[in-house]
Amino acid sequence: MALFARTPLAPLEYSRTLWMRAWVGLVMLFLYAPLIVLMIFSFNDSKRNVVWRGFTTKYYEKALGNDVLVEALVNSLTIAALATIASLILGAVAAVMLWRFRFPLKGAVDGTISLPIIVPEICMGVAFLIFFAKWLEWPTDLIWPFNLGAIIIAHITFCFPFVTMVVRSRLASFNREQEEAAKDLGAGEWGVFRDVLIPHMKPALVAGALLSFTLSLDDFVITYFTSGPDTITFPVKVYSMVRFSVTPEVNAASTLLILLTIVLTAVALKLQGVKAIAETH
Amino acid sequence: MAEQDWKANKRVFAAVSLPTLLWTLLFFVIPMAIVWFYSFGENKGLTEIEFSGTLENYKRATEYLYLSIFGKSFAVAALVTLICLIIGFPVAMAITFASEKWRPWLLLGVMLPFWTNLLIRTYALMMLLGSQGFANKGLETLWGGASWFKTLVGLQPLPTWEPVQLLFNNFAVVFGLVYVHLPFMVLPLYAALDRLDRSLIEASLDLGAGHFRTIMRIVVPLAAPGIVAGVMITLIPALGAYLTPDLMGGTDSQMIANVIERQFKKANDWPFGAALSFILIYAMFILIALQAMRKKVPEVR
Repeated sequence: MALFARTPLAPLEYSRTLWMRAWVGLVMLFLYAPLIVLMIFSFNDSKRNVVWRGFTTKYYEKALGNDVLVEALVNSLTIAALATIASLILGAVAAVMLWRFRFPLKGAVDGTISLPIIVPEICMGVAFLIFFAKWLEWPTDLIWPFNLGAIIIAHITFCFPFVTMVVRSRLASFNREQEEAAKDLGAGEWGVFRDVLIPHMKPALVAGALLSFTLSLDDFVITYFTSGPDTITFPVKVYSMVRFSVTPEVNAASTLLILLTIVLTAVALKLQGVKAIAETH
Repeated sequence: MAEQDWKANKRVFAAVSLPTLLWTLLFFVIPMAIVWFYSFGENKGLTEIEFSGTLENYKRATEYLYLSIFGKSFAVAALVTLICLIIGFPVAMAITFASEKWRPWLLLGVMLPFWTNLLIRTYALMMLLGSQGFANKGLETLWGGASWFKTLVGLQPLPTWEPVQLLFNNFAVVFGLVYVHLPFMVLPLYAALDRLDRSLIEASLDLGAGHFRTIMRIVVPLAAPGIVAGVMITLIPALGAYLTPDLMGGTDSQMIANVIERQFKKANDWPFGAALSFILIYAMFILIALQAMRKKVPEVR
């Protein structure tokens, strides 16, 4: 961190100029300060959030002892895991379809598949509400995990287009001669897909999985509309807690989820390296 | 690379296309179509809705009250986008011109909040901005300092500090939306700036233009596609934002998504809510069409 540069500044080394560093530093402070404060105060021994009254972990005990909150967290993680698996399969297959084939109405199909990325969450939430509650009269009293079915379907619908997008841009760099070589060597369609195409898609699949998992875990609006009265997910639970009372319990639960995000990011980094992850966005 | 005609390999085509097509049709196209049909319906009794093909819902959406909410949502989203652009552009520049070692970490620094739960980020911001929060404490300290300084130079001290209302108003909504959407802006800006031919910037500097002039005359025009992409990626979700205005806004900071939610959860006027939803979707389409038109302009020239 050479704030006082030892070598003279080259004209294009904008990021070494002082005001640029100050700007980036301030923006990072703006982005992270609220989260860091939230995490620190989850250990605060006080009902009111702002004055530091000593270190405690009692709000973690309280959060983990709160059955509804734990159930909501388990639900959210289950939904995210299942939605990610399905989105990966559906998204990768759709990407292969759009990359490999020429077919009638391709433009319309392509556009429709990417629509869920653009359509506002609130409109999709409303659509799922009408579709499941009114049209299908989807039962809401199924046993776990089947009571999560409608939410999982909704999540897959808005997650898989992102996977398609990422995988498709990765496929653009695929050298089709590899495919031909594999076929010459006796591989069938499935063999080519499994042994040549999937290894090539792997970085995009990792990025797509991370994207789906976080999008699903993050979603409040669509879940809020899709879920029946008895199914609760983590964001929906936190929403009602924030709405009606702000307690350090929310801080503790939030800190756990932030840590989970960091762990997931670290796993992705370990798998792909910081550059590949940064380039997928 | 040549694409294969679907007829050349029907079995493989069926295997890769049927799952996606069926899923999209069943769980996206049909639900959206139902909403579209609802927007032409009317309430009959408590739960029954008749599809009468009426345009009454759309007519009601053009009443002053709803038009002003649409206008306000656009204004808020545009303001948020502008602020994100002003804050984000130097950040994207800094990332682009950072050393090889630092660049990925700076990018990760911008992306990590994007992966963090939106509700948690909103809640963290609410904690900070609340009347007992740190923003107010900081301002109070500054106020106290100013008061002390005034007495020091022999003037009357300032009146006692009253906490400023930073939450539950329009300011909080704009602040919260900027906080949430900033990463959306920085990433496409970075992608565009990264592709820039640096020798053009060097040439401009060599020919005597200052840094500011080079940025305005060379970098911004060349990065225009990325700027437009960043603007769209920020503007579209900001326009449909629900959570931030709901949690951080006051009674007068309702945006269009909150009005739609109310039709479904409280007012129980589903056809009207459906009409508002589709007006919002049409607005998105118009924005995207404008962007697509902009793309074609350089080709004509």
